[in-house]
Amino acid sequence: MPRCIMSPLDLTVSELDDLMRIAMDIMEKPEKYAHACDGKILATLFYEPSTRTRLSFEAAMLRLGGKTMGFHSADSSSAAKGETVADTIRVISQFADICAMRHPKEGAAFVAAEKAGIPVINAGDGGHQHPTQTLTDLMTIKALKGHFDDLTVGMCGDLKFGRTVHSLIRALVRYANVKFIFISPGELTLPSYIRDDLLIQNNIAFREVTKLEDVLPSLDLLYMTRVQRERFFNEEDYVRLKDFYILDKKKMELAGKDMLVLHPLPRVNEIATEVDSDPRAVYFEQVRYGMYIRMALILKLLEVEAAKKQ
Amino acid sequence: MADNKRAQYKLHVGKIEEGFVIDHIQPGNGMRIYRDLGLDKLDCAVAIITNAISMKMGRKDMIKVEMPLREYDLDIIAFLDHSATVDIIQNGEIIDRPRMELPKEIKNVIACKNPRCITSVERELDQIFVLTDAKSGTYRCRYCETKFRQG
Repeated sequence: MPRCIMSPLDLTVSELDDLMRIAMDIMEKPEKYAHACDGKILATLFYEPSTRTRLSFEAAMLRLGGKTMGFHSADSSSAAKGETVADTIRVISQFADICAMRHPKEGAAFVAAEKAGIPVINAGDGGHQHPTQTLTDLMTIKALKGHFDDLTVGMCGDLKFGRTVHSLIRALVRYANVKFIFISPGELTLPSYIRDDLLIQNNIAFREVTKLEDVLPSLDLLYMTRVQRERFFNEEDYVRLKDFYILDKKKMELAGKDMLVLHPLPRVNEIATEVDSDPRAVYFEQVRYGMYIRMALILKLLEVEAAKKQ
Repeated sequence: MADNKRAQYKLHVGKIEEGFVIDHIQPGNGMRIYRDLGLDKLDCAVAIITNAISMKMGRKDMIKVEMPLREYDLDIIAFLDHSATVDIIQNGEIIDRPRMELPKEIKNVIACKNPRCITSVERELDQIFVLTDAKSGTYRCRYCETKFRQG
């Protein structure tokens, strides 16, 4: 079975280091990699729209010299006729060399990975896993901070349903002495399988607070998240909680000069646009790092190397 | 007089000649095991005893089945009720009490209850649960990793 990536933890710390090293090299010497995937095809199978993730994968493959094909909603795929994920992936495996799959149901990418003859990258399966978002976050931190050890990481917003937050915590606890400060309203605190089973059981230092202003001066990194409408069954709860935190210029004055602001995007209004011009706001750069780490991942899964002569 | 009647009352369920007895089932769990093990689909005699008095457990459920046990059933019983034991009966006598171990994987016995799981829409997929923590007996859906909760 070809190597597939379902969760960020499918990669060991040393594999991750290796991936980030390659991504940095791509950033510095893009020409070395411009034809690494000549003749290869990436299929983007998106059963629900996610423009940024899909374009990031496509840009990654195009910049490696490969080509892309796929669909961007279930309506424009055979799923509309009732075809199963297992059958679709078996068909796609005949055309493409690698595939990135987004699906609203949890575990869909795993079904694909079991049946595919090609590497499958989980590009998000409902509220479950989205490994390349975590790789993007890690790559951004690595590129801009240079290390993970000893960081104080603030995570703010929807920590209950926030898949990106849970994945990033799981990835960061593998490094030494990372401290967490979780900032959320009472209704959106971390679930017990992260708080108790992961953090408390492994003696990871963390604090839970509701006021962002109080902790801003002590953070090396602030990871903002959006309260997602689709995670709520009750519209009233969503409306009540969506504007709980808004990061603005005034709050940024409380933060240290090196504190980075990350956000998985799309942003709604939890970060005021006036913050965008602050050099510490790196959420748009983060998107670029996401493309480079996806390029490195595609190379790794296709077992392709860069051009030797440069 | 009423106490006397209670003392005289005994529940008799006939001995089985060939089959197995699932004993020491947590009280209230018997009917669920009956269904999940597919005993409701058998055409042999099956007796379910609920809330029987037990020296060890206070109360317990029991199931007697007049049909040979398959290896597959043992795994499922261990998974469904950690306290249950199984006696194999031949010619009316207990000939074996096999050791029960939590199976590494359970296939098509229980369904994932997560409405967001891929198995909720793609019905032809096998329902597979994997033992992720033997110490606590935790099983998770192979696809969405949702923890299986008894009951």
